[in-house]
Amino acid sequence: MSEIQDEWPLYEIFVRGKRGLNHVHVGSLHAADDEMALLHARDVYTRRNEGVSIWAVRSDAITASSPDEKDPLFAPAGDKVYRHPTFYAVPDDVPNM
Amino acid sequence: MAVTSQAEDEAELLARFEATVGRHDRIEPRDWMPEKYRRTLVRQIAQHAHSEIIGMQPEGNWITRAPSLRRKAILLAKVQDEAGHGLYLYSACETLGVSRRELTAMLIAGKQKYSSIFNYPTLSYADVGTIGWLVDGAAICNQVPLCRTSYGPYGRSMIRICKEESFHQRQGYELLATMMRGTDEQRAMVQESVDRFWWPALMMFGPPDAESPNTEQSMAWGIKRDTNDDLRQKFVDMSVPQAKALGVTFPDPLLAWNEERGHHDFGQPDWDEFAAVVKGSGPCNAQRIAHRKKAHDDGAWVREAAVAFATAVVEERAPVSVSKPGEGSEQ
Repeated sequence: MSEIQDEWPLYEIFVRGKRGLNHVHVGSLHAADDEMALLHARDVYTRRNEGVSIWAVRSDAITASSPDEKDPLFAPAGDKVYRHPTFYAVPDDVPNM
Repeated sequence: MAVTSQAEDEAELLARFEATVGRHDRIEPRDWMPEKYRRTLVRQIAQHAHSEIIGMQPEGNWITRAPSLRRKAILLAKVQDEAGHGLYLYSACETLGVSRRELTAMLIAGKQKYSSIFNYPTLSYADVGTIGWLVDGAAICNQVPLCRTSYGPYGRSMIRICKEESFHQRQGYELLATMMRGTDEQRAMVQESVDRFWWPALMMFGPPDAESPNTEQSMAWGIKRDTNDDLRQKFVDMSVPQAKALGVTFPDPLLAWNEERGHHDFGQPDWDEFAAVVKGSGPCNAQRIAHRKKAHDDGAWVREAAVAFATAVVEERAPVSVSKPGEGSEQ
Protein backbone atom coordinates (compact mmCIF):
# COMPACT_ATOMS: atom_id res chain seq x y z
CA MET A 1 0.00 0.00 0.00
CA SER A 2 1.37 3.38 -0.95
CA GLU A 3 2.25 6.08 1.58
CA ILE A 4 -0.43 8.43 0.29
CA GLN A 5 -3.24 5.89 0.33
CA ASP A 6 -2.24 4.82 3.81
CA GLU A 7 -3.73 8.01 5.26
CA TRP A 8 -7.39 8.66 4.45
CA PRO A 9 -8.21 12.28 3.56
CA LEU A 10 -9.13 14.72 6.30
CA TYR A 11 -12.70 16.04 6.58
CA GLU A 12 -13.98 18.98 8.62
CA ILE A 13 -17.24 18.21 10.40
CA PHE A 14 -20.09 20.67 11.01
CA VAL A 15 -23.10 19.79 13.16
CA ARG A 16 -26.49 21.50 13.42
CA GLY A 17 -27.33 21.19 17.11
CA LYS A 18 -31.05 21.58 16.61
CA ARG A 19 -33.50 22.97 14.09
CA GLY A 20 -33.21 26.72 13.82
CA LEU A 21 -29.45 26.83 14.48
CA ASN A 22 -26.52 27.09 12.07
CA HIS A 23 -24.18 24.20 11.48
CA VAL A 24 -21.14 24.70 13.71
CA HIS A 25 -17.64 23.33 13.20
CA VAL A 26 -16.96 20.58 15.75
CA GLY A 27 -13.68 19.06 14.61
CA SER A 28 -12.19 16.86 11.95
CA LEU A 29 -11.73 13.21 11.11
CA HIS A 30 -10.27 10.89 8.48
CA ALA A 31 -12.42 8.87 6.08
CA ALA A 32 -11.89 6.99 2.83
CA ASP A 33 -14.83 8.76 1.15
CA ASP A 34 -17.70 11.20 1.75
CA GLU A 35 -20.16 8.58 2.90
CA MET A 36 -17.76 7.14 5.45
CA ALA A 37 -17.00 10.66 6.67
CA LEU A 38 -20.68 11.11 7.54
CA LEU A 39 -20.88 7.77 9.34
CA HIS A 40 -17.70 8.44 11.30
CA ALA A 41 -18.94 11.94 12.14
CA ARG A 42 -22.12 10.43 13.56
CA ASP A 43 -20.09 8.04 15.76
CA VAL A 44 -17.44 10.54 16.85
CA TYR A 45 -19.43 13.76 17.26
CA THR A 46 -23.06 12.85 17.95
CA ARG A 47 -23.04 10.02 20.50
CA ARG A 48 -25.42 11.99 22.76
CA ASN A 49 -27.94 13.53 20.40
CA GLU A 50 -25.71 16.55 19.80
CA GLY A 51 -27.07 17.10 16.33
CA VAL A 52 -29.88 16.78 13.81
CA SER A 53 -27.77 17.32 10.69
CA ILE A 54 -24.12 16.85 9.74
CA TRP A 55 -21.97 18.40 7.02
CA ALA A 56 -18.68 16.72 6.12
CA VAL A 57 -16.33 18.78 3.95
CA ARG A 58 -12.94 17.72 2.61
CA SER A 59 -10.42 19.93 4.47
CA ASP A 60 -8.49 20.60 1.26
CA ALA A 61 -11.68 22.05 -0.28
CA ILE A 62 -11.83 24.89 2.25
CA THR A 63 -10.49 28.32 1.33
CA ALA A 64 -9.52 30.24 4.45
CA SER A 65 -8.54 33.83 5.14
CA SER A 66 -5.12 34.57 6.59
CA PRO A 67 -5.04 34.30 10.38
CA ASP A 68 -2.74 37.32 10.61
CA GLU A 69 -4.60 39.98 12.59
CA LYS A 70 -2.81 42.71 10.70
CA ASP A 71 -4.17 41.34 7.47
CA PRO A 72 -5.84 44.12 5.48
CA LEU A 73 -8.80 41.84 4.72
CA PHE A 74 -10.75 43.00 7.76
CA ALA A 75 -9.46 46.57 7.74
CA PRO A 76 -12.38 48.07 5.77
CA ALA A 77 -14.73 47.16 8.64
CA GLY A 78 -12.48 48.78 11.24
CA ASP A 79 -13.17 52.44 10.47
CA LYS A 80 -16.90 52.20 9.75
CA VAL A 81 -18.28 52.68 13.22
CA TYR A 82 -21.41 54.21 11.63
CA ARG A 83 -22.46 50.66 10.79
CA HIS A 84 -23.23 50.07 14.46
CA PRO A 85 -26.43 51.32 16.13
CA THR A 86 -24.46 52.72 19.08
CA PHE A 87 -22.87 55.28 16.70
CA TYR A 88 -26.12 57.29 16.76
CA ALA A 89 -27.17 59.46 19.69
CA VAL A 90 -30.86 59.29 20.41
CA PRO A 91 -32.45 61.23 23.32
CA ASP A 92 -33.06 59.06 26.39
CA ASP A 93 -36.79 59.84 26.47
CA VAL A 94 -37.46 58.49 22.97
CA PRO A 95 -39.10 55.09 23.50
CA ASN A 96 -38.68 51.77 21.69
CA MET A 97 -35.43 52.53 19.90
CA MET B 1 4.10 43.80 2.67
CA ALA B 2 6.91 45.79 4.26
CA VAL B 3 10.40 44.51 3.60
CA THR B 4 12.10 43.78 6.90
CA SER B 5 14.87 41.44 7.96
CA GLN B 6 13.90 37.97 9.04
CA ALA B 7 15.06 38.57 12.62
CA GLU B 8 12.89 41.68 12.96
CA ASP B 9 9.93 39.75 11.57
CA GLU B 10 10.48 36.96 14.07
CA ALA B 11 10.75 39.37 17.00
CA GLU B 12 7.53 41.07 15.96
CA LEU B 13 5.73 37.73 15.53
CA LEU B 14 6.93 36.57 18.93
CA ALA B 15 5.78 39.82 20.56
CA ARG B 16 2.35 39.41 18.98
CA PHE B 17 2.17 35.76 20.07
CA GLU B 18 3.09 36.63 23.65
CA ALA B 19 0.59 39.49 23.71
CA THR B 20 -2.18 37.11 22.58
CA VAL B 21 -1.28 34.57 25.27
CA GLY B 22 -0.92 37.38 27.83
CA ARG B 23 -4.48 38.55 27.10
CA HIS B 24 -5.64 34.94 27.75
CA ASP B 25 -6.74 34.94 24.14
CA ARG B 26 -6.40 31.71 22.16
CA ILE B 27 -3.77 30.71 19.63
CA GLU B 28 -5.34 29.16 16.53
CA PRO B 29 -3.86 26.61 14.09
CA ARG B 30 -2.59 28.92 11.37
CA ASP B 31 -1.19 31.56 13.74
CA TRP B 32 2.56 31.93 13.99
CA MET B 33 3.87 30.21 17.12
CA PRO B 34 7.32 29.53 18.58
CA GLU B 35 8.60 26.12 17.49
CA LYS B 36 9.03 25.06 21.12
CA TYR B 37 5.39 25.93 21.88
CA ARG B 38 4.32 23.78 18.94
CA ARG B 39 6.55 20.87 20.00
CA THR B 40 5.38 21.06 23.63
CA LEU B 41 1.75 20.95 22.49
CA VAL B 42 2.34 18.05 20.11
CA ARG B 43 4.01 16.10 22.92
CA GLN B 44 1.27 16.87 25.45
CA ILE B 45 -1.76 16.41 23.16
CA ALA B 46 -0.32 13.23 21.61
CA GLN B 47 0.36 11.78 25.04
CA HIS B 48 -3.17 12.67 26.03
CA ALA B 49 -4.68 11.13 22.87
CA HIS B 50 -2.61 7.94 23.26
CA SER B 51 -3.80 7.68 26.89
CA GLU B 52 -7.42 7.68 25.75
CA ILE B 53 -6.74 5.00 23.14
CA ILE B 54 -4.62 2.75 25.40
CA GLY B 55 -7.10 3.50 28.20
CA MET B 56 -9.70 1.42 26.38
CA GLN B 57 -7.77 -1.76 27.15
CA PRO B 58 -7.91 -2.13 30.95
CA GLU B 59 -11.69 -1.72 30.97
CA GLY B 60 -12.31 -3.40 27.63
CA ASN B 61 -10.87 -6.44 29.38
CA TRP B 62 -14.15 -6.77 31.32
CA ILE B 63 -16.78 -6.14 28.63
CA THR B 64 -17.43 -9.81 27.92
CA ARG B 65 -17.65 -10.57 31.65
CA ALA B 66 -19.89 -7.71 32.78
CA PRO B 67 -22.24 -8.97 35.51
CA SER B 68 -25.44 -7.73 33.81
CA LEU B 69 -26.69 -6.39 30.50
CA ARG B 70 -27.04 -2.94 32.12
CA ARG B 71 -23.39 -2.92 33.23
CA LYS B 72 -22.29 -4.22 29.85
CA ALA B 73 -24.12 -1.47 27.96
CA ILE B 74 -22.63 1.16 30.28
CA LEU B 75 -19.11 -0.22 29.93
CA LEU B 76 -19.39 -0.45 26.14
CA ALA B 77 -20.56 3.18 25.97
CA LYS B 78 -17.73 4.27 28.22
CA VAL B 79 -15.03 2.46 26.25
CA GLN B 80 -16.50 3.89 23.03
CA ASP B 81 -16.26 7.36 24.60
CA GLU B 82 -12.55 6.79 25.30
CA ALA B 83 -12.06 6.03 21.59
CA GLY B 84 -13.96 9.23 20.77
CA HIS B 85 -11.82 11.25 23.17
CA GLY B 86 -8.70 9.90 21.52
CA LEU B 87 -10.05 10.97 18.12
CA TYR B 88 -10.94 14.53 19.30
CA LEU B 89 -7.38 14.88 20.58
CA TYR B 90 -5.69 13.38 17.52
CA SER B 91 -7.71 15.81 15.44
CA ALA B 92 -6.47 18.72 17.63
CA CYS B 93 -2.90 17.45 17.39
CA GLU B 94 -3.08 17.21 13.60
CA THR B 95 -3.78 20.95 13.38
CA LEU B 96 -0.16 21.38 14.53
CA GLY B 97 1.16 19.73 11.39
CA VAL B 98 1.64 16.11 12.41
CA SER B 99 -0.23 13.32 10.65
CA ARG B 100 -2.36 10.67 12.27
CA ARG B 101 -0.13 8.01 10.76
CA GLU B 102 2.96 9.52 12.41
CA LEU B 103 1.20 9.68 15.78
CA THR B 104 0.10 6.05 15.63
CA ALA B 105 3.59 4.98 14.52
CA MET B 106 5.21 6.90 17.40
CA LEU B 107 2.88 5.26 19.93
CA ILE B 108 3.53 1.77 18.61
CA ALA B 109 7.29 2.40 18.48
CA GLY B 110 7.24 3.65 22.09
CA LYS B 111 8.52 7.08 21.00
CA GLN B 112 5.56 8.91 22.53
CA LYS B 113 4.15 8.11 25.93
CA TYR B 114 0.72 7.64 27.47
CA SER B 115 -0.43 7.92 31.07
CA SER B 116 1.35 5.39 33.29
CA ILE B 117 -1.94 4.49 35.00
CA PHE B 118 -2.96 2.27 32.07
CA ASN B 119 0.03 0.02 32.63
CA TYR B 120 -1.67 -1.43 35.70
CA PRO B 121 -3.92 -4.49 35.29
CA THR B 122 -7.66 -4.70 36.03
CA LEU B 123 -7.95 -7.75 38.25
CA SER B 124 -11.60 -7.61 39.36
CA TYR B 125 -14.87 -6.05 38.22
CA ALA B 126 -14.54 -3.55 41.08
CA ASP B 127 -11.60 -2.12 39.11
CA VAL B 128 -14.08 -0.89 36.48
CA GLY B 129 -15.75 1.14 39.23
CA THR B 130 -12.47 2.32 40.76
CA ILE B 131 -11.15 3.44 37.38
CA GLY B 132 -14.32 5.46 36.80
CA TRP B 133 -14.25 7.02 40.25
CA LEU B 134 -10.53 7.63 40.90
CA VAL B 135 -8.80 7.45 37.52
CA ASP B 136 -11.44 9.41 35.62
CA GLY B 137 -11.83 11.64 38.70
CA ALA B 138 -8.11 12.47 38.57
CA ALA B 139 -8.40 12.98 34.80
CA ILE B 140 -11.25 15.46 35.36
CA CYS B 141 -9.10 17.41 37.85
CA ASN B 142 -6.35 17.57 35.23
CA GLN B 143 -8.65 18.33 32.32
CA VAL B 144 -11.07 20.97 33.59
CA PRO B 145 -8.34 23.67 33.75
CA LEU B 146 -7.19 22.57 30.28
CA CYS B 147 -10.51 23.78 28.83
CA ARG B 148 -8.89 27.24 29.16
CA THR B 149 -5.55 26.23 27.65
CA SER B 150 -4.03 28.75 25.24
CA TYR B 151 -4.24 26.53 22.15
CA GLY B 152 -7.78 26.76 20.72
CA PRO B 153 -8.28 23.27 19.26
CA TYR B 154 -6.90 21.62 22.42
CA GLY B 155 -9.21 23.65 24.67
CA ARG B 156 -12.24 22.85 22.51
CA SER B 157 -11.45 19.11 22.62
CA MET B 158 -11.15 19.31 26.39
CA ILE B 159 -14.55 20.98 26.77
CA ARG B 160 -16.14 18.15 24.82
CA ILE B 161 -14.23 15.51 26.79
CA CYS B 162 -15.01 16.99 30.21
CA LYS B 163 -18.73 16.92 29.48
CA GLU B 164 -18.54 13.20 28.80
CA GLU B 165 -16.06 12.41 31.56
CA SER B 166 -18.63 13.24 34.21
CA PHE B 167 -20.72 10.23 33.12
CA HIS B 168 -17.60 8.07 33.47
CA GLN B 169 -16.93 9.13 37.03
CA ARG B 170 -20.52 8.80 38.18
CA GLN B 171 -21.06 5.35 36.67
CA GLY B 172 -17.90 4.18 38.46
CA TYR B 173 -18.96 5.58 41.79
CA GLU B 174 -22.44 4.10 41.42
CA LEU B 175 -20.95 0.71 40.56
CA LEU B 176 -18.82 0.76 43.72
CA ALA B 177 -21.72 1.99 45.85
CA THR B 178 -23.81 -0.93 44.57
CA MET B 179 -21.08 -3.40 45.51
CA MET B 180 -20.70 -1.78 48.94
CA ARG B 181 -24.38 -2.53 49.59
CA GLY B 182 -23.74 -6.18 48.68
CA THR B 183 -21.91 -8.96 50.48
CA ASP B 184 -18.79 -8.79 52.68
CA GLU B 185 -16.89 -10.37 49.83
CA GLN B 186 -17.99 -7.61 47.46
CA ARG B 187 -17.06 -4.91 49.97
CA ALA B 188 -13.62 -6.47 50.38
CA MET B 189 -13.27 -6.54 46.62
CA VAL B 190 -13.95 -2.79 46.42
CA GLN B 191 -11.47 -1.98 49.21
CA GLU B 192 -8.78 -4.15 47.62
CA SER B 193 -9.30 -2.39 44.30
CA VAL B 194 -9.15 1.09 45.87
CA ASP B 195 -5.95 0.09 47.72
CA ARG B 196 -4.32 -0.87 44.42
CA PHE B 197 -5.40 2.20 42.45
CA TRP B 198 -4.99 5.02 45.00
CA TRP B 199 -1.24 5.56 44.57
CA PRO B 200 -1.18 5.16 40.76
CA ALA B 201 -4.09 7.66 40.63
CA LEU B 202 -2.02 10.21 42.58
CA MET B 203 0.85 9.63 40.14
CA MET B 204 -1.40 10.71 37.26
CA PHE B 205 -0.69 14.35 38.11
CA GLY B 206 2.97 13.85 37.25
CA PRO B 207 6.12 14.33 39.32
CA PRO B 208 6.30 16.88 42.18
CA ASP B 209 6.64 20.48 40.99
CA ALA B 210 10.32 20.62 41.99
CA GLU B 211 11.02 17.79 39.52
CA SER B 212 8.68 18.79 36.73
CA PRO B 213 10.96 20.38 34.14
CA ASN B 214 8.23 21.47 31.72
CA THR B 215 5.75 23.07 34.12
CA GLU B 216 7.18 26.58 34.29
CA GLN B 217 7.38 27.18 30.55
CA SER B 218 4.00 25.50 29.96
CA MET B 219 2.36 27.78 32.50
CA ALA B 220 3.99 30.89 31.02
CA TRP B 221 2.52 29.91 27.64
CA GLY B 222 -0.88 29.17 29.14
CA ILE B 223 -0.71 25.52 28.05
CA LYS B 224 -0.97 24.40 31.67
CA ARG B 225 -3.03 26.40 34.14
CA ASP B 226 -2.12 24.69 37.45
CA THR B 227 0.94 22.90 38.83
CA ASN B 228 1.05 19.12 39.37
CA ASP B 229 1.11 19.45 43.15
CA ASP B 230 -1.82 21.89 43.28
CA LEU B 231 -3.96 19.54 41.20
CA ARG B 232 -2.92 16.53 43.29
CA GLN B 233 -3.96 18.39 46.45
CA LYS B 234 -7.29 19.29 44.92
CA PHE B 235 -7.91 15.67 43.97
CA VAL B 236 -7.10 14.38 47.47
CA ASP B 237 -9.40 16.99 49.05
CA MET B 238 -12.21 16.01 46.69
CA SER B 239 -11.77 12.26 47.12
CA VAL B 240 -11.68 11.99 50.92
CA PRO B 241 -15.38 12.79 51.54
CA GLN B 242 -16.36 10.62 48.55
CA ALA B 243 -14.47 7.68 50.09
CA LYS B 244 -16.17 8.29 53.43
CA ALA B 245 -19.60 8.25 51.84
CA LEU B 246 -18.70 5.05 50.03
CA GLY B 247 -17.31 3.38 53.19
CA VAL B 248 -13.76 2.73 51.97
CA THR B 249 -10.37 3.96 53.16
CA PHE B 250 -7.24 5.07 51.29
CA PRO B 251 -4.00 3.18 52.00
CA ASP B 252 -2.14 6.22 53.33
CA PRO B 253 -1.32 6.44 57.07
CA LEU B 254 -0.32 10.11 56.65
CA LEU B 255 -3.68 11.15 55.23
CA ALA B 256 -5.24 13.64 57.68
CA TRP B 257 -7.10 16.95 57.65
CA ASN B 258 -4.83 19.92 58.32
CA GLU B 259 -6.92 22.66 59.90
CA GLU B 260 -4.20 25.27 59.47
CA ARG B 261 -3.76 24.74 55.74
CA GLY B 262 -7.42 24.01 55.11
CA HIS B 263 -6.32 20.96 53.12
CA HIS B 264 -5.55 17.29 53.70
CA ASP B 265 -1.97 16.26 54.38
CA PHE B 266 -1.01 13.10 52.53
CA GLY B 267 1.97 10.87 51.77
CA GLN B 268 3.93 10.81 48.53
CA PRO B 269 3.50 8.03 45.99
CA ASP B 270 6.51 5.83 45.28
CA TRP B 271 8.19 8.03 42.67
CA ASP B 272 10.76 5.33 41.87
CA GLU B 273 7.91 3.05 40.85
CA PHE B 274 6.45 5.89 38.75
CA ALA B 275 9.78 6.40 36.96
CA ALA B 276 10.09 2.66 36.32
CA VAL B 277 6.55 2.38 34.89
CA VAL B 278 7.08 5.44 32.66
CA LYS B 279 10.33 3.89 31.41
CA GLY B 280 8.47 0.73 30.42
CA SER B 281 8.74 -1.74 33.29
CA GLY B 282 5.17 -1.49 34.60
CA PRO B 283 3.08 -4.65 34.87
CA CYS B 284 1.36 -4.22 31.48
CA ASN B 285 3.48 -1.87 29.31
CA ALA B 286 4.49 -4.53 26.78
CA GLN B 287 1.00 -6.02 26.63
CA ARG B 288 -0.68 -2.65 26.00
CA ILE B 289 1.59 -1.72 23.09
CA ALA B 290 1.49 -5.23 21.62
CA HIS B 291 -2.32 -5.13 21.68
CA ARG B 292 -2.43 -1.69 20.04
CA LYS B 293 0.01 -2.83 17.35
CA LYS B 294 -2.02 -5.98 16.68
CA ALA B 295 -5.24 -3.98 16.34
CA HIS B 296 -3.49 -1.63 13.89
CA ASP B 297 -1.98 -4.49 11.85
CA ASP B 298 -5.21 -6.49 11.86
CA GLY B 299 -7.09 -3.44 10.59
CA ALA B 300 -4.76 -2.90 7.63
CA TRP B 301 -6.95 -4.87 5.20
CA VAL B 302 -10.00 -2.84 6.23
CA ARG B 303 -8.20 0.43 5.51
CA GLU B 304 -7.00 -0.93 2.18
CA ALA B 305 -10.45 -2.20 1.22
CA ALA B 306 -12.06 1.15 2.08
CA VAL B 307 -9.60 3.01 -0.13
CA ALA B 308 -10.08 0.48 -2.96
CA PHE B 309 -13.86 0.91 -2.70
CA ALA B 310 -13.65 4.70 -2.62
CA THR B 311 -11.34 4.70 -5.64
CA ALA B 312 -13.62 2.33 -7.57
CA VAL B 313 -16.66 4.50 -6.89
CA VAL B 314 -14.85 7.64 -8.08
CA GLU B 315 -13.77 5.88 -11.29
CA GLU B 316 -17.27 4.62 -11.94
CA ARG B 317 -18.70 8.10 -11.48
CA ALA B 318 -15.94 9.84 -13.42
CA PRO B 319 -17.67 9.99 -16.85
CA VAL B 320 -20.71 11.61 -15.28
CA SER B 321 -20.74 15.10 -13.80
CA VAL B 322 -18.90 15.18 -10.48
CA SER B 323 -21.16 17.79 -9.00
CA LYS B 324 -24.09 16.55 -7.01
CA PRO B 325 -26.94 18.27 -5.27
CA GLY B 326 -25.55 19.27 -1.89
CA GLU B 327 -26.87 20.95 1.18
CA GLY B 328 -24.92 24.06 0.32
CA SER B 329 -28.03 26.01 -0.56
CA GLU B 330 -29.38 25.45 2.90
CA GLN B 331 -27.60 28.51 4.27
